[in-house]
Amino acid sequence: MFPTPIQKASPFVQTAYKIVLPLALVLWLLPLIGVAITSVRPASDLAAGNYFGIPSGFAGLENYTAVFRDSPIGLYILNSFKVTIPTVIGAVALSCLTGFALAVYRFKGNLLLFFMFVAGNFIPFQILMVPVRDMTLRAGLYDTTLGLVLFHVAFQTGFCTLFMRNFIKGLPFALIESARVEGVSEWRIFRYIVLPLMRPAIAALSVLVFTFVWNDYFWATVLVQGQHAMPVTAGLYSLNGQWVAAWHLVSAGSIVAALPPVAMFFLMQRHFIAGLTLGATKG
Amino acid sequence: MTKAVSSPPGFWTKNQQKLAPWLFLAPGFLMFIIYVLVPIVQSIWISFHDWDGLGEKVWIGLGNYVELLDDDSFYTSLKNNVIWLVLYLLSIPAGLAVALFLNQTVTGIRLYKSLFFFPFVISQVVVGLMFTWFYAPDFGLFSKLIEWLTGEQVAVLADERFVTYGIIAAGLWPQTAYCMILYLTGLNNINPEQVEAARMDGAKGMKLLWFVILPQLAPATFIAMVVTVIGSLRSFDLVSIMTAGGPYGSSQVLSYFMYEQALSEYGFRMGYGAAIAVVLFLIMMVFITLFIVRMLSQERNA
Repeated sequence: MFPTPIQKASPFVQTAYKIVLPLALVLWLLPLIGVAITSVRPASDLAAGNYFGIPSGFAGLENYTAVFRDSPIGLYILNSFKVTIPTVIGAVALSCLTGFALAVYRFKGNLLLFFMFVAGNFIPFQILMVPVRDMTLRAGLYDTTLGLVLFHVAFQTGFCTLFMRNFIKGLPFALIESARVEGVSEWRIFRYIVLPLMRPAIAALSVLVFTFVWNDYFWATVLVQGQHAMPVTAGLYSLNGQWVAAWHLVSAGSIVAALPPVAMFFLMQRHFIAGLTLGATKG
Repeated sequence: MTKAVSSPPGFWTKNQQKLAPWLFLAPGFLMFIIYVLVPIVQSIWISFHDWDGLGEKVWIGLGNYVELLDDDSFYTSLKNNVIWLVLYLLSIPAGLAVALFLNQTVTGIRLYKSLFFFPFVISQVVVGLMFTWFYAPDFGLFSKLIEWLTGEQVAVLADERFVTYGIIAAGLWPQTAYCMILYLTGLNNINPEQVEAARMDGAKGMKLLWFVILPQLAPATFIAMVVTVIGSLRSFDLVSIMTAGGPYGSSQVLSYFMYEQALSEYGFRMGYGAAIAVVLFLIMMVFITLFIVRMLSQERNA
């Protein structure tokens, strides 16, 4: 293990480590802690110039109620779910198929296709912006959650295919071979042999895609204009423009917007990290 | 059951293995063609036109690119992109440092690790708003800190000299968390025997890290490089949230400059915007090609 386990160090170093650890955490999360505290701060504190001191009282209930009552943030959150959940289902489903095709079959152009998906995943969004917006407008899907979903599904399929393909490559190929010898059809091999083994990959990709799409801001501003379809990232930014200097409301809104992916991360931590660190251990 | 034995195998049975991959690929690949491959070609095509997004496209050849060469904003964006790229790479050693700090087994360390990872999970919109507020002159915590350190009031986001650095600092926060998690996973999978053997030989500290640990962390470093370089060139959210490219376009980057030209109150110059996007695309393709070449050689060795 590296660095040397702290248990082997002198008692002084051990105690120091135990003190420094929480301090470092507080320092690291300072922006977040500041926002969390401000979200429960009474508005009068801000007026009195008490921005970062101890709050004079607890106004969490008022602030959060005010955010939901006086702004369409509830609608924004709903829209974000309407975009995120179908995208997760669509992108994961499509990439199960593409990943399977690229991992199991040998055919001309296999690697070329694979690296095309990989490269597509890294390109700048701006090269797609004008045509995708134009196409969405023509299809009558501009300013709808469906327009966002279709784009996200297509784009996330690139990343998901990379992930799925490498995952299936790691499965024992003998399983597939013996099924073929038995005369099992390709579709049934996929459906009944490979798919059940892909559960961990499906879980990991679901949380990752959920977070990526929930946090998307660029496409939310390019493909949506009106409130009725606006996801929470773009919504929060427009609210920030209205709530000038009402930092307690901005903070409460930020916390609300950040909560779903954070909850997702905590619930599915192992899968999340497994997905994100794919390839970080071997190569 | 008996049918399969008696009759000669049909077209499907004979060619199943050849056709199956294409059928499995079809839906995903089709979506990818429609939304990614075709738009890239279209963008390149549009970049040779003068177009407001509604009327007729007018062919102007390399006109947009010639105009770019004479546009000060273009050079500012390019310069800022380089600054982003270079400074963003700091998140790799920073992430490694945090990972080394946290790679211990004490009570509650798992929770510490997840909490350190937090900044990456939240949206860049929220990160941008947080940092804007911390940079606020007069009362912002960072402004206070800077004032205390230098004895000078600095409005970071309103000052052309500092604004880009201020935004990058906000970006380094989640990016460091990302690199940290990559390195923590890498450290977890290090070969303990090699480390012990090196310790027996008297290696320790920085020497051990440099000659024994880092080579084993190479895959993690590679992924960290990929995501950091791509992330730095993609920087859009933070610039848009924190300054909208200001003051006076001084925190402009190519991704935001493109958006501003093509789709904002400053005008609907789709052709010009597309030309900027093509330049950014070409810059990124250099890096993407490097990554792919390396991945390809790994693939061949596997």
